[in-house]
Amino acid sequence: MFRVNERNLQKVFTRRAFILACGKLGLISTLAARLYYLQVVEGERYQLLSLNNQFNSEIILPVRGRIFDRHGVALADNQHIFQLEIVRERTKDVSATLSALSSIIDITERDIRRILEDVKCNHAFTPVIIAKNLTRKEIDRVAVNAPYLPGVSINVNYLRYYPFADIAVHIIGYVSTVSEEELTGDPVLGLPNFRIGKSGLEKMHESEIRGTAGRRQVEVNALGRVIRKLPVDDGKAGCDIKLTLDINLQRFAAERLARGNAKLLLINDPRAQRALKQAEPTIRDYYMDQKTVLVSSNGKAVEAESGAVVVIDVRNGALLVLASLPGYDPNRFNSGWSHKEWKKISNNPRGLLNNKAVSGQYPPGSTFKMLVMLAALESGKATMDTKFYCPGYLSLGNNRFHCWLHYGHGWIDMEQSIAQSCDVYYYDLANKIGIDCIANTAKSFGLGKVTGLDLPGESAGLIPTRDWKLATTGEPWHIGDTLVSGIGQGFDLATPLQLALMTARLANGGKAIVPYIKISSIANRPIEDMGINQNHLNLVCMAMYQSINSPLGTGRKIKGGKNDIKIAGKTGTAQVRRISMLEQQSASHHHENNKPWLYRDHSLFVGFVPVKAPRYAISVVVEHGTGGSYVAAPIAADVLREVMRVDCVDSAD
Amino acid sequence: MNQSNLTISRKLLSLNWFIVFLVAVISGIGCLMLYSAANGSWFPWAYSHVIRFSIGMTLMLSIAVVDIRFWMRNAYLLYMIILFFLLVVSLMGEIAMGAQRWIKFSLFHFQPSEFMKICLILALSRYFNGLTYEEIGKKLKLIIPLLMVGIPVFLVLKEPDLGTALIMIAESATIFFLAGVRIWKFFVLIVTAMLSFPLSWHFLREYQQKRILTFLNPDKNESSSGYHILQSKIALGSGGIFGKGFLRGSQSHLNFLPAKQTDFIFTMLAEEFGIFGGTCLIGLYTLILAYGFFVAIRSSSQFGRLVALGVTTTLFLYLFINIAMTVGLIPVVGVPLPMLSYGGTAMLTIMIGLGLLLGVSVHRCVRISSYWY
Repeated sequence: MFRVNERNLQKVFTRRAFILACGKLGLISTLAARLYYLQVVEGERYQLLSLNNQFNSEIILPVRGRIFDRHGVALADNQHIFQLEIVRERTKDVSATLSALSSIIDITERDIRRILEDVKCNHAFTPVIIAKNLTRKEIDRVAVNAPYLPGVSINVNYLRYYPFADIAVHIIGYVSTVSEEELTGDPVLGLPNFRIGKSGLEKMHESEIRGTAGRRQVEVNALGRVIRKLPVDDGKAGCDIKLTLDINLQRFAAERLARGNAKLLLINDPRAQRALKQAEPTIRDYYMDQKTVLVSSNGKAVEAESGAVVVIDVRNGALLVLASLPGYDPNRFNSGWSHKEWKKISNNPRGLLNNKAVSGQYPPGSTFKMLVMLAALESGKATMDTKFYCPGYLSLGNNRFHCWLHYGHGWIDMEQSIAQSCDVYYYDLANKIGIDCIANTAKSFGLGKVTGLDLPGESAGLIPTRDWKLATTGEPWHIGDTLVSGIGQGFDLATPLQLALMTARLANGGKAIVPYIKISSIANRPIEDMGINQNHLNLVCMAMYQSINSPLGTGRKIKGGKNDIKIAGKTGTAQVRRISMLEQQSASHHHENNKPWLYRDHSLFVGFVPVKAPRYAISVVVEHGTGGSYVAAPIAADVLREVMRVDCVDSAD
Repeated sequence: MNQSNLTISRKLLSLNWFIVFLVAVISGIGCLMLYSAANGSWFPWAYSHVIRFSIGMTLMLSIAVVDIRFWMRNAYLLYMIILFFLLVVSLMGEIAMGAQRWIKFSLFHFQPSEFMKICLILALSRYFNGLTYEEIGKKLKLIIPLLMVGIPVFLVLKEPDLGTALIMIAESATIFFLAGVRIWKFFVLIVTAMLSFPLSWHFLREYQQKRILTFLNPDKNESSSGYHILQSKIALGSGGIFGKGFLRGSQSHLNFLPAKQTDFIFTMLAEEFGIFGGTCLIGLYTLILAYGFFVAIRSSSQFGRLVALGVTTTLFLYLFINIAMTVGLIPVVGVPLPMLSYGGTAMLTIMIGLGLLLGVSVHRCVRISSYWY
């Protein structure tokens, strides 16, 4: 009985023990299989996750390269901003430290409450910002008292700063926060405070100026506390850029252009107050927060002129001035524009955002006549002695093409045709040599195509040809087209930069210089000679000299005194729209000032100094500034005088 | 041959020293891992681990040479004593880690639920040793052992300690199974348990519910409850084949791994020594399990057989639950890895158990009549 029971039990036990053992073995195999899955099959994925856990990569922001003018004056600079931070674990009592701090710098009760709240929410080792944008004085005070301010540290940040604000904004451009479309996967771009160039040189040379971000790998624990800093890649600071620009000249030119023929008065001047009272409400709005007022000769307050001034070195194409008005303050992008402000800026009829010097296209008007003259001389179809009779108009079929001088110039020769800017003479001359000849010459002087300036946004302008007209309008070329082309009207368009380049190439003896604004380490290209008869060029330059210095010259008003510098140049008045015959006859269009601003003529001037050995060429375009001799010429004269004054000072150094 | 008359020295000689050696090796590995867990320091864990191991080893060897009839005779007494302590704990024990598991003595924390696992094996084995195969088939005869399991499980669950309760239920079920309780009764039990699960869900503590929920969907809440499982899986997975090297487990050393010196020590091992180290350790444990199986088969008494496989199963349960938890196969339950995890009582429990196992082996020829008593 005992034996049987014992055997039964043992049999059951053994059988079931085997089942149990198999079960355990199965479960243990499951564990092994799971380990295989996690560590071998999925191993790489988890290795990545583990590395993500272990290392925090910190990006060291590169210092943005600065932009200088030719004298080393910073146009785009990096300003330090100081920021105070507090780290909880480095002080025994946060609120005690803060109250000590509040006796040194200005922090309000509310700030302290906010900081204490922040400190509570963050890890003990996370810095919390106490104050941003501290002044040097405040920083000094904090630094001196540092022993009594445990846990407080000073942090330096960089802010892009443009000392000349709106003076060269269209060239320099501005930086702003990175937009969604600009993200390229570069982690630097994803940082909340990182800024990149959005226009002008800041955008064009972004890769050069930005530098390369450094990287600091930091080993962190589960709480995010830094355990150890690993070898650092410091990155590379951005390269500085040096420009051919003379910022003081640029500022002079911009301010002179803005003033036009008006008087600059302080706002509290009684005359200014009177002028403001007489002005329209829009003008009063315009001067709302200004310190100065422009008052025109009739005693009315007027808006600042808009337009462009370009000064170019005729020997090499270096740009000394490339001003476009009006501008805006790029520093405002640091704090950001309000929606309303930005709308006001981008919708401004005067085009704040365009760099008019390179992208504004205007009919060259009479400034184009030199090219027609040169084309005629080069073609051999005319000489200096070629004369035409100007009765004040030219009849072609049923059309009359008018001269600006109502009663006509009478018999006039080539030199005086430039000096007095006779339109009829150039209708005849253009008719004689033909549009192809004019277009070829114009193009070889840089018109009708981009000049190749190292700035973005250049417009090509337009020099019409037979093929162009047929292709664009579907109509054949008429003689009338040739006639208006001869005085730089009709289809002709040129940018202020092209006009300056044209003048420079006339003045430098036909050297095909290319304008540039960035001084680069690469040697300048050899300058090609355009193969133009030097005598012809001299004759054109002489005619331009006469335009200012002969008694009947259209630019005679700007002729200076005996000791003043001599200027050669040419005025131009570009019609914005075709003037109807009725208006022409009634002669009412001469009262340009009575027209709405947008319909007034553009006022142009091109010229060069010194007359004998040309060094600098200028072009001035005053948008809707009316007559060229009236507005643009005096501005150009003042700028050229300043250029020469600076040139003397520079060469004396 | 009557082994009961052997001298102590003869008994020591007949001990299976290979198993003792294995236990020492596993504890040694535990020591290394605790050294690593403290970022390469003997303090605070590795040092205490060595001391506890020494105490455990002495205890294990002492128990092994004691005649198993002594344990049989005193099985109920030991069970009653521990049950008394369990009652004390549930009435006035100190609250620690959200659970009343400890009785604080002046020198060490005494965790009666741990010792209950061993005493339960002894008491059940003794009970079934006294039954014939026919008697086991009678339902009335199962009431007493069910109560013997039920009362401590209830007390442990009240503490609450789900891990220990699970182990106690599982090891008791194994003993019931091995003793010859009819299979259909287990099915009935399993079905009832499954039916009552939705009901018992409400009796689980909130954190226990949460653990089960996070286990079912660990990636959903990365930073809180699912964090432990996920970080453990990352640590394991990133270990690869041969691991990151001793003291180089970034997950553990940078504190991404929770409870790395206790419940998650296996993860740390697998991170630093890879799948190679992990499977080697499992292999070492399997050797001990296999040994337990053969000891049980060869024992000539039902008591010896049941104790041997009961202890083996307990060891298996510890290691399976712990490792399965760290590799994300089951929810997080607070079960340490025997002889590796830092913590005194778990180590003592297993070494006492292994002492009994060795003892059964030494006294395998001692016959114990089922009519004893």
